[in-house]
Amino acid sequence: MGNRAIAEIQFADYIYPAFDQIVNEAAKFRYRSGNQFNCGGLTIRAPYGAVGHGGHYHSQSPEAFFCHVPGIKVVIPRSPRQAKGLLLSCIRDPNPVVFFEPKWLYRLAVEEVPEHDYMLPLSEAEVIRQGSDITLVGWGAQLSVMEQACNEAEKDGISCELIDLKTLLPWDKETVEASVRKTGRVLISHEAPVTGGFGAEISASIVERCFLRLEAPVARVCGLDTPFPLVFEPFYMPTKNKILDAIKATVNY
Amino acid sequence: MNSASCAAKISTQPFSLNPTSPTSHDRPLVSPKPTSLFLGSTRKLRLSSSSKLNLHRRSGTVVAVSDVVKQKKSKSTHSLLITKEEGLELYEDMILGRAFEDMCAQMYYRGKMFGFVHLYNGQEAVSTGFIKLLKQQDSVVSTYRDHVHALSKGVPARAVMSELFGKTTGCCRGQGGSMHMFSREHNLLGGFAFIGEGIPVATGAAFTSKYKREVLKEADCDHVTLAFFGDGTCNNGQFFECLNMAALWKLPIVFVVENNLWAIGMSHLRATSDPQIYKKGPAFGMPGIHVDGMDVLKVREVAKDAIGRARRGEGPTLVECETYRFRGHSLADPDELRDPAEKAHYAARDPITALKKYLIENSLASEADLKAIDKKIDEVVEDAVEFADESPVPSQSQLLENVFADPKGFGIGPDGRYRCEDPKFTEGTAHV
Repeated sequence: MGNRAIAEIQFADYIYPAFDQIVNEAAKFRYRSGNQFNCGGLTIRAPYGAVGHGGHYHSQSPEAFFCHVPGIKVVIPRSPRQAKGLLLSCIRDPNPVVFFEPKWLYRLAVEEVPEHDYMLPLSEAEVIRQGSDITLVGWGAQLSVMEQACNEAEKDGISCELIDLKTLLPWDKETVEASVRKTGRVLISHEAPVTGGFGAEISASIVERCFLRLEAPVARVCGLDTPFPLVFEPFYMPTKNKILDAIKATVNY
Repeated sequence: MNSASCAAKISTQPFSLNPTSPTSHDRPLVSPKPTSLFLGSTRKLRLSSSSKLNLHRRSGTVVAVSDVVKQKKSKSTHSLLITKEEGLELYEDMILGRAFEDMCAQMYYRGKMFGFVHLYNGQEAVSTGFIKLLKQQDSVVSTYRDHVHALSKGVPARAVMSELFGKTTGCCRGQGGSMHMFSREHNLLGGFAFIGEGIPVATGAAFTSKYKREVLKEADCDHVTLAFFGDGTCNNGQFFECLNMAALWKLPIVFVVENNLWAIGMSHLRATSDPQIYKKGPAFGMPGIHVDGMDVLKVREVAKDAIGRARRGEGPTLVECETYRFRGHSLADPDELRDPAEKAHYAARDPITALKKYLIENSLASEADLKAIDKKIDEVVEDAVEFADESPVPSQSQLLENVFADPKGFGIGPDGRYRCEDPKFTEGTAHV
């Protein structure tokens, strides 16, 4: 028919009733029908992540659950300009894609967005800040926090390289690996709880590939292993100071 | 209990799993009153389930619960319902289903096919009664008990048998197996291992048809979708969500419940608050019909109505077919839980025997005609087995195909080759 279905889930916290259909059907339809049928390039958009006052069910980051499913793609933009390009790529991609939008940025982000049609490539990470001492990997709204931490670290003479993964599944291992080979240290930061978060996958892969190059253990600065709290949100979140401390600890290992 | 008296009875009767409703049909209940609401031992279960049969069984009449679908007459007026050609077609389809499933059992026990295989013996009337009324472009969505739905829809027996053996010539290239029959050509949208998973897919297919007709203005698009599922599925949330949406948008879909009273080993009567599934249709604004699923002609009459409604754009229908599976849930099921009296009761109502009797009594076909069909089908099934045996097993590279839209699954690397062909790829990770 040529038309693309784009589904919106109002908050990523509410995606779980659809999880069954996404994981068991959308992701597997092409595979199990031998390419006779597919889910038509379905794109599912969902705002995710902390917003400052969201509490348990308006702040979750479920990207790790979806990154465990072969057959779908998971994409997370960091800014409005990225969002437009990546979303158009997702819609035009013939595979099912889950597109998480950082809701923190809805009212906060201000950027020049071109009016014409443009697409940004999926599965390509972007080095948004060059450095030589440590590689920082993140996605979504967390990158702005990491950037602030990088600026502070700069004052202490630590040169940080910041990478935006953009696509979490399938993720661009080569770019991250090349950067780690350059710096020898890596720190991953995300809002989701640390245990079983996507940072674990990145950490394991980097250690597999760059073990002898690493100068320090892979650091993960992530949310705590609790349900997303309401009043304790500032304690839960991987803040600039937590990241800064981890950068210094890793560099001085 | 029919619906009218049930509505009256709800407020007055105390709730009990063995209601002594005066509208129950034949002999009085034999079981002792249970001491708790949960039936404990298997013995009590058998007694109560066989006595429950009388409440559940209709004496041949089809009950419609909404006035949109007209009342059906009783079974005595089945004369002239089919022509000779139609009769033979129905007979052949049911024999094909039965012979194929019996051959599946043989092949399974000989080790030629493996995994979980669920056979459809005894329920052929539902598949034949409904699917033989469809056009090629109409869609069918099935469950894990899907071999016969595939055969009725027109998928060649060879393709189905090869798929079961896991060979490349199967309908999904050996990728899916027993529970995942797909056919683009025949619009068979699968084979779902998960109960209730297929109902949203079927609702989507019906939505496509309506979208084509109304938004894309293809005025002649009147494709109907049939969703088959069982009694256990009717307690699943996805079922209710789809009934709501289908009725809301008047989608061209027919929800066919193959109520064989058992969800693997769970008796429908123990698991459901109101075991009369057809009553759930009017709750959503669509007609709910109960039909004797062991009689292919009755099923066909109801199917004609329901499919006709959908084709004309009048909306969905919920059809509950009371049927029975002669074998266990799957070939791994020793089938010890069911009461032999219940099995004998339904074995006496074998749909194939019933149709055969009808054809011969009404002089629509002779014994010789039917024997010729039996022989022909035997040959078809034997040929399917031979074909499947001789077909090649899929190569290992097929494992990585079709994960994503590009045929090799994992994208194309910077050197222009498929990543999965990179020798380092076999180190096992989903490389970008």
